[in-house]
Amino acid sequence: MEIVKLFNALPGACAQGFIWGIMAIGVYITYKVLDLADLTVDGTMATGGAVCILMMLNGHSVFVALLVAFLAGMLAGLVTGILHTAMGIPAILAGILTQLGLYSINLRIMEGKANQAISVDKYNLLISLRWVKGVPFYKNAIFTAVLFIMVIIAILYWFFGTELGCSIRATGSNPHMSRAQGINTNLCKIIGLMLSNGIVALSSGLCAQYQGFSDVNAGRGAIVIGLAAVIIGQVVFGKIRGNFAFKLLAVSFGAVIYYMVLQVVLWLGLESNDLKLFSAIIVAVFLAIPYLKGKYFAKPVKKGGASRA
Amino acid sequence: MLKIEEIWKTFNPGTVNEKTALSGLTLELKEGDFVTVIGGNGAGKSTMLNAVAGVWKVDEGKIFIDGVNVTGLAEHKRAAYLGRVFQDPMTGTAANMQIQENLALALRRGKLRGLRIGITREEREEYQEKLKILELGLEDRMTSKVGLLSGGQRQALTLLMATLKKPKLLLLDEHTAALDPKTAAKVLEATDRIVGKDNLTTLMITHNMKDAIIHGNRLIMMHGGRIIYDVSGDEKKKLKVADLLAKFEQASGGEFANDRMMLT
Repeated sequence: MEIVKLFNALPGACAQGFIWGIMAIGVYITYKVLDLADLTVDGTMATGGAVCILMMLNGHSVFVALLVAFLAGMLAGLVTGILHTAMGIPAILAGILTQLGLYSINLRIMEGKANQAISVDKYNLLISLRWVKGVPFYKNAIFTAVLFIMVIIAILYWFFGTELGCSIRATGSNPHMSRAQGINTNLCKIIGLMLSNGIVALSSGLCAQYQGFSDVNAGRGAIVIGLAAVIIGQVVFGKIRGNFAFKLLAVSFGAVIYYMVLQVVLWLGLESNDLKLFSAIIVAVFLAIPYLKGKYFAKPVKKGGASRA
Repeated sequence: MLKIEEIWKTFNPGTVNEKTALSGLTLELKEGDFVTVIGGNGAGKSTMLNAVAGVWKVDEGKIFIDGVNVTGLAEHKRAAYLGRVFQDPMTGTAANMQIQENLALALRRGKLRGLRIGITREEREEYQEKLKILELGLEDRMTSKVGLLSGGQRQALTLLMATLKKPKLLLLDEHTAALDPKTAAKVLEATDRIVGKDNLTTLMITHNMKDAIIHGNRLIMMHGGRIIYDVSGDEKKKLKVADLLAKFEQASGGEFANDRMMLT
């Protein structure tokens, strides 16, 4: 248990955290903005990487590869959206169906293999775990990931301030009211799901480059990590009043904190095989806390308190 | 302005919970009509409003708004013609959005929502002016989240949202029922002011017979999914609560006037 070992591992955890931070922003859009639990991301978190790596192996530039990965994610979101809105399948089940289907599709994309490696020496990658230390700052994996987050947050901040973005927020906040104000709530849900899954697939593309391979199991439990990031971001930075951009930033930092904590528990001697159990417990606890707090530790309302009229 | 032709609606058909909520309802509203709707529980008042708003499709019959057949139109498309305020103050507004954002959503009712900015500076000034009409001080709290407002404030805001873009028809579904009497009176006052100013065609459900008599120029009573009494003009002005109660009892064979109506 040398502390040096931990310190050596932290920059890598940080970079990975920021990459998953992008993914968590995608989850935030469905879970918080649209008020939907979308499990499609467990599939898209592998699809994006598969598409990105295979595109690059076939000679396309990294930017084209990431763009196509983003579009592939949107397509997955579209499928879930249609299953949910047009076919009336509950959102969670719709997501599970797409996710399951994606497993086969991801294998097809990766030409039947469970993973596809890409060499950082032979291909022009944007981000790699080899570039965490000892490279110029503009090549540093953390810098690249943060740059992506900044651009994505800027675009989302603009988008959710537009008429269309506002109607998506309204749909998540109160679908009944939204329809009464002439908003096509089904369309808004579909657009939100597409956007969310596109971002998740983009994160997946970066994540695969970072690790040097795409993996059909890359997305297993992704939703839990995404939720953990959203919740940690909310708990840690929730006291600070900030605008929408700040909230998204808090979510991405939530992912970083999550990966830092993982690194610490690994350093403390937890086996990496136990990590998924650990993640599940962490998220379960954080989701339960607000409910239990309200149920058992609610402060009694003072008599003669503030009138509600 | 509104024409309802012989509409029928049965909920849960073929089950033990089968309930025919509208049975051949026919109603015509002229432009500028302010109609109050009364009737017992299950008379079909809210069902009628939901049918007009397109919350679900009617089984039979046709609905026209301003000459347009809207019978097959989806709820969000029909919204272009309608302003709606609901019984539950939580229903009409988006709680975790700002007051001005809620108004901006309402202003774009019936328009295509694209990538233009969701709320412009000029709009904000307009909203500030309009919020003053409500006399609730909301004009100084434009960026507050609507969830922080009281039920009465939210209803008043919903009313403003419903009428921000002049609707062909305003639907008020017991919009003061969930409020305390003082607040209810205030919201009703605001209703009269707003409806009067733009001469809006309005359907207002109320369970308060006094309100039903005082407000509007026409009163209809519903029972069993159809209209059983329709009165307007001077005849309506002369109505007494006792007359309405008598009508109720006559229609239902005595059991009609429930506690809620007696008390109010």
